[in-house]
Formats: sequence, C-alpha cells, structure tokens
Amino acid sequence: MSTTRRPRPVHRNIHVSQIISYRLPPAGIVSILHRISGAMMFLLLPFVIWLFDTSVTSEVSYERFTSAFIAGIGFVPAWLVKLTVLALIWGYLHHFIAGVRHLWMDATHSVTKEQGHSSAIVTLVLSVLLTLALGAKLFGLY
Amino acid sequence: MSAQPNFGAKRIVVGAHYGMRDWLSQRVTAVLMALFTVVLLVQLLLPGPLGYDRWAGIFAAQWMKVLTFVVIVSLAWHAWVGVRDIWMDYVKPVGVRLALQVFTIVWLVGCAGWSVQVLWRL
Repeated sequence: MSTTRRPRPVHRNIHVSQIISYRLPPAGIVSILHRISGAMMFLLLPFVIWLFDTSVTSEVSYERFTSAFIAGIGFVPAWLVKLTVLALIWGYLHHFIAGVRHLWMDATHSVTKEQGHSSAIVTLVLSVLLTLALGAKLFGLY
Repeated sequence: MSAQPNFGAKRIVVGAHYGMRDWLSQRVTAVLMALFTVVLLVQLLLPGPLGYDRWAGIFAAQWMKVLTFVVIVSLAWHAWVGVRDIWMDYVKPVGVRLALQVFTIVWLVGCAGWSVQVLWRL
C-alpha cells in the first residue's frame, strides 16, 4: 500500500448560478421543458377547471366564458386570459409530445444518442408549430 | 419470496419496487389521458357549429362523464408523482418538503373534487 494518496475525483452537482453556462443538448431542453410545462399546468389547474366550469355549466356561464376572451373577467384583461391559455396550449402540447416520446422509447428501446437527438428536435419543432397554429386562432388571426 | 434468508444481515433493504410502481402508474395514467384527448378531439371535430349546446352535450353523455371522471383521477395521480419528483429533486429540508407535499395533495384533491362537482351537476 502506498503512503501517498492520490486525490480522488470530485463530482459536484451544478449550482443554479452555473446553469446558463452549461450547454444543454436538445434532449436536455425537452426534459427540463417537460418538467416546467408540468409544473405550470399543475399550478394553473384551478384556472383550467374554471374554464371547464363556466363553459359547460349553463348558457349564462357560457356567455361569461366567451366574454372573458373578449372583454376580460374581473380585474383580469382579455389579453392576459388569452396569453395564459396560450401558455396552457404550449404546455399541454409539449408535455403530450414529450410524453409520447417517452412511451415510444420505453416500448421500442430506441435509446441511441442519435434517436434521442432527432426525436427531441421533432418534439420541440412540432410543439412550437402547433402552438403557433392554435395561438393564431386564439388571437383571431384567422 | 425465494428460499434465501431475508432477515438480519441478509435482509434485502433495496428493490421494494416503489420506483417501478410510480413509473408504471405515471405511464398508465398518461395513456388514459392521451386516449381521452383523442376521444374529445374527435367529438369536437365532427361537422356542425360548435356552441354551448354541443359542448355541454359532449359531457352530458353518461359514458363521457365516466371517462372524464377516470381522467380526473388519472390526472391527479399523474401530477402527484410528477410534482413529488420535483420536490424530491430540489427541496432538501425535510420539513419544507413535507409541507410542499401536503400542499400538493390538498391542491390536487381540491381540484379533483371541484371538477367532479362540475361534471356531475350537468
């Protein structure tokens, strides 16, 4: 046994302040956005149920539902209602597509670096394109 | 259980499969919610004007109420696994973590109760 100790390698978790300087591959971006979109939908659950409640309960409440997107509701302006719904649309689409990607990987064992890379790019592009298409409809562009 | 001794120094202290249960339940609930999305989309994309009558009519059908109820439970379960993962990853003090987990359960059970009420008074 040697008496001189070699320094052991130290692996530390990255600190919050270092996040910006770390290069995140597309699969990593999909992963953190999956988490962010899930947390956002969790926090906005009462708003989603409010939308469900007012839209479905009666014709009177349905009027209130539709006017929330035109005239706002209470102290909340219409643009903020639409922006929040747009965030929910993106969150749902991203979470959905990234989730299907997970199920696909589980079912087919397609876990090579290349497949992970390409499917991550497909997830990001598809969720943003669908969000833009539905967002344009939401904001009355067509 | 195998014939191997599972007590004293030989006791197996890992592999209780809690992780497997969470992993599987998150995927099963995800598939249920995805199927619900497809079922709802198909009904929304059927021809005809989409106003209050048709929208409320979709959820008035008893089979749709049952399916929506299953999805509400699935969503709460799915979100519980996911949000708890977030707390376990980022929040280390046990007291704070417990408080956040209790908040998560209260939040999810409350939301589930409200949405079931909306659903079944239709």
